[in-house]
Formats: sequence, structure tokens, C-alpha cells
Amino acid sequence: MLEQIINSLNGFLPETALIVSMLVTIILDLIIRKKSVVVTAVGIAGLLVSMYFAYLQIGAKAILFSGMVVVDPFSVFFKMILGLSTIFVLLFTTVSKEIQDSTHKNEHVYLMIAMALGAFLMASSVNMLMMYLSLETVSLTSYVLAGYTKRVKRSSESAMKYIIYGAASSGIMIYAMSLLYGFTGTMNIYETSIFLSKVNLTGNPLIVISIIMILAGFGYKISSVPFHFWTPDVYEGAPIPVTAFLAVTSSAAGFSVLIRFITNSFLAGALVQNGNFVVIPGVNWKEIIIVLSVASMILGNFVAVWQTSVKRMLAYSSIAQGGYILLGLSVANQQGLAAMLIYLMAYLFMNLGAFYVLILIANKLDTDELIGMKGLGYKAPAVCVGMGIFMFALSGVPTTAGFVGKFYLFTALIESKLVWLAVVGLMNSVVSLFFYIKVLKYMFLMKPEDGSTQKLQFGAGAYVIMLLLAVPTMFFGIYFTPLVRIAEYSISMFGFR
Amino acid sequence: MEIGLTHYLVLGAVLFGLGLFAMISRRNAILVLMGIELILNAANINLVAFARYNGLGVDGQVISIFVIILAVAEAAIALGIVLNLYNNFATVDIDEANTMKD
Repeated sequence: MLEQIINSLNGFLPETALIVSMLVTIILDLIIRKKSVVVTAVGIAGLLVSMYFAYLQIGAKAILFSGMVVVDPFSVFFKMILGLSTIFVLLFTTVSKEIQDSTHKNEHVYLMIAMALGAFLMASSVNMLMMYLSLETVSLTSYVLAGYTKRVKRSSESAMKYIIYGAASSGIMIYAMSLLYGFTGTMNIYETSIFLSKVNLTGNPLIVISIIMILAGFGYKISSVPFHFWTPDVYEGAPIPVTAFLAVTSSAAGFSVLIRFITNSFLAGALVQNGNFVVIPGVNWKEIIIVLSVASMILGNFVAVWQTSVKRMLAYSSIAQGGYILLGLSVANQQGLAAMLIYLMAYLFMNLGAFYVLILIANKLDTDELIGMKGLGYKAPAVCVGMGIFMFALSGVPTTAGFVGKFYLFTALIESKLVWLAVVGLMNSVVSLFFYIKVLKYMFLMKPEDGSTQKLQFGAGAYVIMLLLAVPTMFFGIYFTPLVRIAEYSISMFGFR
Repeated sequence: MEIGLTHYLVLGAVLFGLGLFAMISRRNAILVLMGIELILNAANINLVAFARYNGLGVDGQVISIFVIILAVAEAAIALGIVLNLYNNFATVDIDEANTMKD
């Protein structure tokens, strides 16, 4: 037992690096005792070290801690995505006025690293208990982060709403897991799959009820309809860097655990034939995923049209984007999974970019309302052009990374004879174009309300961070072979293939 | 009458239902959080009962200890957030503390 734990520690280096850097930043914060970039820099360094260890794990396959956590290309891919997005969000906090003006010192740094740790574990856990624990690690820290600016009314309100919805959905999830545990006799998802493919499940309501209730837990993390009710309010109330963190890191971690859970526990003997998944008879998760995905796309896109606050609009847009990504899972083959991973990579850059530009604008204007952005294109042209790039990418206009992601998703749908689903997705993209372009209309086609054309000044650092996000968004839209290669390599998981 | 697995499962289901009902019907944040505790305890009863009667060793008990610990952590954070809500809104009613609307 002890020997196995010691051997497992070798494959646990990325997480260990995160734990160490979290402790170091806590101690540094206690020593420095004032707001300081040093703590953030140390945090980013810790994340880079952790990503380096994850990079060394490429190609490795190992089961750690008696079947709790695994190392495989799939988990390494998500560790890269999660680590990168956490680094970007930490960079955002150095720019954001909301975080810098808050009464706290540097607490956000180690809270975010703790959340990254939970997200890393979510991406690699293969035991339902571990999934629940890591999901709660991410949730508990994000509740605190949502209420980080505690003197701001809407921030404290959003934290309250978040913890009520979050605790309720994860409670429902662990109840369903307890039922599944009683039925199968195991918490390990591979053993679950082996058990389920042996028994006759047709007409057994328990398994469908369990799937739906477990999806309540994962669905709340990826803010999919009908578990999305917290999303608009929390995204609007939380400080913008935290919103970006929830929209990208937390939701990517949710997708990783959802994909692994569904594809490993509900496939016949976790087998794949010619790239297609063999679904256990009587376990109708494909239909459930299609319903969730279509509902998310339609609700997200249509409600976003009416929003007057850009932050709230981006919240509904995140719900819709989650719907697009879920499309890849409803295909139930390798191609669909690869498309999901491609889309997640594109989503990382374009969504973080959109939130980043919003941070820059909100710093100067003290508002995230659309009406306040009238004529901003004259005052801050470079920033608004950046916003344009990210908005076009989110709506999936060609030559941006968003187009590549949607292209692969819809191709996967059409090739597996789900043409109607691809058409629904395409129609939704057209609707989404309307509200993404509306932001640009306010910025460039309307005159400023006060008639002033005073240019807004941003530091050089602000532009550098924006370029770090805008360049990949454009670059991967033109040269996307590496994205596809990485995604196709990373879909190999334990238990299948 | 012999007490068996079914009795515990029914108890768990009833607790789960009561917890859901409390969450939906109560508007006081503290009472909503109590409903969540009920749901977690329903899961605990299920886990322990399955482990005991299906001969699954101590796995179920160990899992339920983890769930209990998480419930405590969640309650601690939730009460902190409720306190902060009270400082800002002078109420713990989640319908009154509702400034953001569609």
C-alpha cells in the first residue's frame, strides 16, 4: 500500500507543484502584507512549473493511488488547457481595477491556484468519489472568488446564489452516485462499465434517473440548460477576472470530467469499434445529451439577444457555447470527441480575450453596459478592434479559431448522419452573430454620447496580454493543423482505445 | 420485523425529498442550506446501507466520511457568504437580496 502511494507520487508531480506553489504564495502573502505583483508572479511561475511536469507526462499512461487518478493523454491535454487559462486569469487580475481596489491583499492568487488544483484532479479522476471531491474543490474556491469584492452588493449576492445552486446540484449528484454505487457495487468508472454491460438494463428506470441526476452535477459546472440558472447572475455579479475564470477554466474542467465519466462508464465494456462508441443497451445517455445541447444553444443564443449588459450577454453566450461543445459528445465517436477538444482550445483564447477586453473597458468606464460603449471605437480603437476579433471568433466567422472549432463539430455531426443537429447548430450560429456584432455596432457605428473624442490610455502591458490572446485566435484560424493533431492524439483515454 | 436495506433506502429517499422540498419552498438562506445538508445526509445513509447489506466492505462508510467532511466545509463557506450577504443587504432572504434581473 505504502509502496504504491510512493510510486504514485511520481505521476502526481503537476499537482504537487500546484500544492507547493499554493503554500508558497500563502506564506509570501503573509510576509509581504500588501498588494504585490510578486505574489502573482510566483503563482504564475508555479503554474508554469506544473505545466512543465504535465508536458513531461505526454505519452505516459499510469493508474495512481489505487485507481483514483490516472495519467493519460486526455488528462495531460486538459492540464495544459486549465494551466494556461489560470495563468491568463492571473495576468488579468494584475490589470483589473476591481481586484486591485478590493479590500483583500493577494488572496485571489492562491484561491485560483487551489481551483486549478481541483480542476487538474477533475481532468484525471476515474473514481466517482474523486470526481465528486475534485468538483467540490473547484466549487468551494469559486464560491469564495465570486464574492471576492465583498463590499460590492451584487458580488455578495452572486456568491450567495452560486453556493445555493452549486451545493444543491452537487448534493443531487452524490445522491445519484450513491444509488449507482449500490446498484453496481463500485465507485470506479471502469468497473461500473464492466458491471453495466453484463446485466440486462432495458426498462430499468434506475439507471436513467441516476444519469440525469449525475448530469445535474456536471451540467451545473458546464452551465448547461436546465442547470444554468446561476450562470447569468453569478457572471454578472462576480469580478470580471473571476467570471472569465468560471467561464473558461471551471467549464473546461467540467467538460473533462463529463466526457470521461460518460465515455468510460456507459460504453459496453468501454469498447470502441471503428472509432464509434458501443452504447450499453438501456442506457440512453446520447438522447439526454442531445436534448441538453440543443436546449443550451437555443436558450443561450436567444436570451443573449435581449441583454443590455455585455457581461450578462457573455454569460448567456457561454451557455450557448457549452451547447455547441456538447454536440461533439452526442455524436458518440472519436471524431466528435476530437472536435470537442479542438473547440475547447479555440474557446480558451477567444472567450478569455472577450472578457479581457471587457476588463480593460470596465476599468475606464466603470460600467459593463452596452449603452456606455457608444462610440468607444473612436476613443480606444486598438482595444475595440481586439474586441471585434474575439466577437467574430465567438460567432464562428472564417479565418478565426472559432470557425475551425465549429467546422470540425458540424463535420462530425454530418458524417454520423445527424444532419438536423448540424442545421440547428448552424442556425444558432447565425442568431449569435446578431448579438456579437451588436457590441461592435455600438462601438464603431454610434457617436459618443458626450461628443468627446478624448483618447483612452492603456499601458503597454495591457496591449501585450491582449496580443497574447488575439494572435492565437487569428493564427489557429488559418493554420489549424497542430490543433487537430493535438486533439486527435489527446482523445485516447484509459479504458477505451 | 427485521430492519433491512429497503427501510434505509426509503429513509434516504424521504430525507432527499424533504431536502429538495426545503430548498424549493424556503426563502431564508439558512433554511435552504439546511435542505442541502439533508440531501447530503440522504446520500450518506444510502452509502452506508449499501455497504452494510450488499457486502461491499468499508468502501461505503469511507465515502460517507468524505461526504460529511465536505458538508462541513461547504457549511462553513456558506455561512460566511450568508453573513456577508447580511452585511450588504440587512436580510438573509434570497428573494429580497435580488438586484440582478433579466
